[in-house]
Amino acid sequence: MPDAVISIRGLRKSYGQVEAVRGVDLEVQPGEVFALLGPNGAGKTTTVEILEGYREASAGQVAVLGEDPRRAGRAWRERIGIVLQGSRPDPYLTVRESLALYAGYYSKPRPIEETIALVGLEGKADERASRLSGGQQRRLDVGMALIGDPELLFLDEPTTGFDPSARRQAWETIAGLRDLGKTVLLTTHYMDEAQRLADRVAILAAGRIVAAGTPADLGDRENLPTTISYRLGDEEVSVQTRTPVETLHELTGRAVEQGLQLDGLEVTRPNLEEIYLSLTSERSE
Amino acid sequence: MSALVLVGHQFRYDQKAFWRNPASVFFTVAFPVVLLLIFATIFGDQTIDVRGGIETTAYYVPAIITLAVISATMQSLTMSLTIAREDGRLKRGRGTPMPPWVFIAGRVGNSIVLAMMMLALIAAIGRLLYDVPIPWSALPEIVLVLVVGAASFCCLGIALTAVIPSQDAAAPIVNALLLPLYFLSGVFIPDNELPSGVVDFANHFPVRPFFQSFFDAYIPGAGGASLDWGHLAVVAIWGVAGLLLAIRFFRWSPRGG
Repeated sequence: MPDAVISIRGLRKSYGQVEAVRGVDLEVQPGEVFALLGPNGAGKTTTVEILEGYREASAGQVAVLGEDPRRAGRAWRERIGIVLQGSRPDPYLTVRESLALYAGYYSKPRPIEETIALVGLEGKADERASRLSGGQQRRLDVGMALIGDPELLFLDEPTTGFDPSARRQAWETIAGLRDLGKTVLLTTHYMDEAQRLADRVAILAAGRIVAAGTPADLGDRENLPTTISYRLGDEEVSVQTRTPVETLHELTGRAVEQGLQLDGLEVTRPNLEEIYLSLTSERSE
Repeated sequence: MSALVLVGHQFRYDQKAFWRNPASVFFTVAFPVVLLLIFATIFGDQTIDVRGGIETTAYYVPAIITLAVISATMQSLTMSLTIAREDGRLKRGRGTPMPPWVFIAGRVGNSIVLAMMMLALIAAIGRLLYDVPIPWSALPEIVLVLVVGAASFCCLGIALTAVIPSQDAAAPIVNALLLPLYFLSGVFIPDNELPSGVVDFANHFPVRPFFQSFFDAYIPGAGGASLDWGHLAVVAIWGVAGLLLAIRFFRWSPRGG
């Protein structure tokens, strides 16, 4: 197996008394699109900004492209591309100019026109950023992160606040990066985005990874408990079971034997959204 | 790629963005010209009891150049760096291989070029409309004062961004500092009409000594241009203080949110 592009061991980060990241381990392999999924305040941005070299870890080991991001120099920065959560391109420069400006920062930049096409802004190349929609500005931002032809791309909440069609366009752009062989670490709080784009997903809640795997694994509902609920008199009963057939058989057998009514009997298989919500809510107390 | 090439690259795009921004063009270029025209129209045919009596217009040409230089440097840098910081562009730039100081150097270069341009523009208007001679023989002194002043006010502008919490706060804060100093330093009201206590007070701040140095270079007395090195030293000390504060407290990441 080739060396991991990103490797994190026991990462912790505190701001004063508040511990934003409480022991995260993860590895991202070359060519992989990896999603860090979690609600606001889960520690996604803190984790990513430590990987980008903006913040210092309080504890733990972090290696990105084999280097400590806080000590890495220009050669390392040539190999990564960053899209921050809240940054905006210069409103007075056109799409082509913003890309040309950033191209000048790198020793071997990608061709500008090709990059414009890659992020789907062909018709807007001579438009100033102030005249672009929010989704188009974000795609320009992705273009500026790609202009140095990086091996590794960080995308912090690339579609937050987008309408559905802008989101779909951004998804196409990100899916296109996989075809270029880039390694991508993206954060999102949308389950469907992680499922749609990522090869692997880690769910982060209150500073810890509470689940990790491929979207299919995470959605492997066979291995997750089924909920059986019913009313017994005035009492609401809810049972979680990994063997729903046996449990149900036993339950109904007893009920018939004792002549009990199981009002409102329901058997629920968890869906992905519920798995996500239950994993993230119980930890964010 | 050499650092100078990078600075030049950054400077080109800062220039483009500057000239397309109506607010920056108005306050840096148009506003000083309008002020000169207003002062010259209102007080044009009077003389001022400075240096044994000079034309009002001869007083206001160096005064407005002083204002224009401070505007192009301190005011414009404070505004543009705060906006770039709050829009996340400074932080984003730090994520690239470009050394962070290149971004600052491009903006400072932009400011100094604008300051030079405003010197030429106001001097030319003074010469053409109001017959205020351009003191060619004092050019070395003029350029020296302008470079020391422009550099110092750039440093002060960069340092000032550290206490500005948001884009909206940038203009009020920088104006609240500079407008009173323009009044107290003889830039708007000729200094022979100011109480001496006011002038003594203003001498401790950078605007008045810069104006004095520039005035001495621009309106040579009987014995030619005579620079008061003390004035220029006060400007430079403020500049160095600004530089040290900027190095210590300058922020690259947005403060709001």
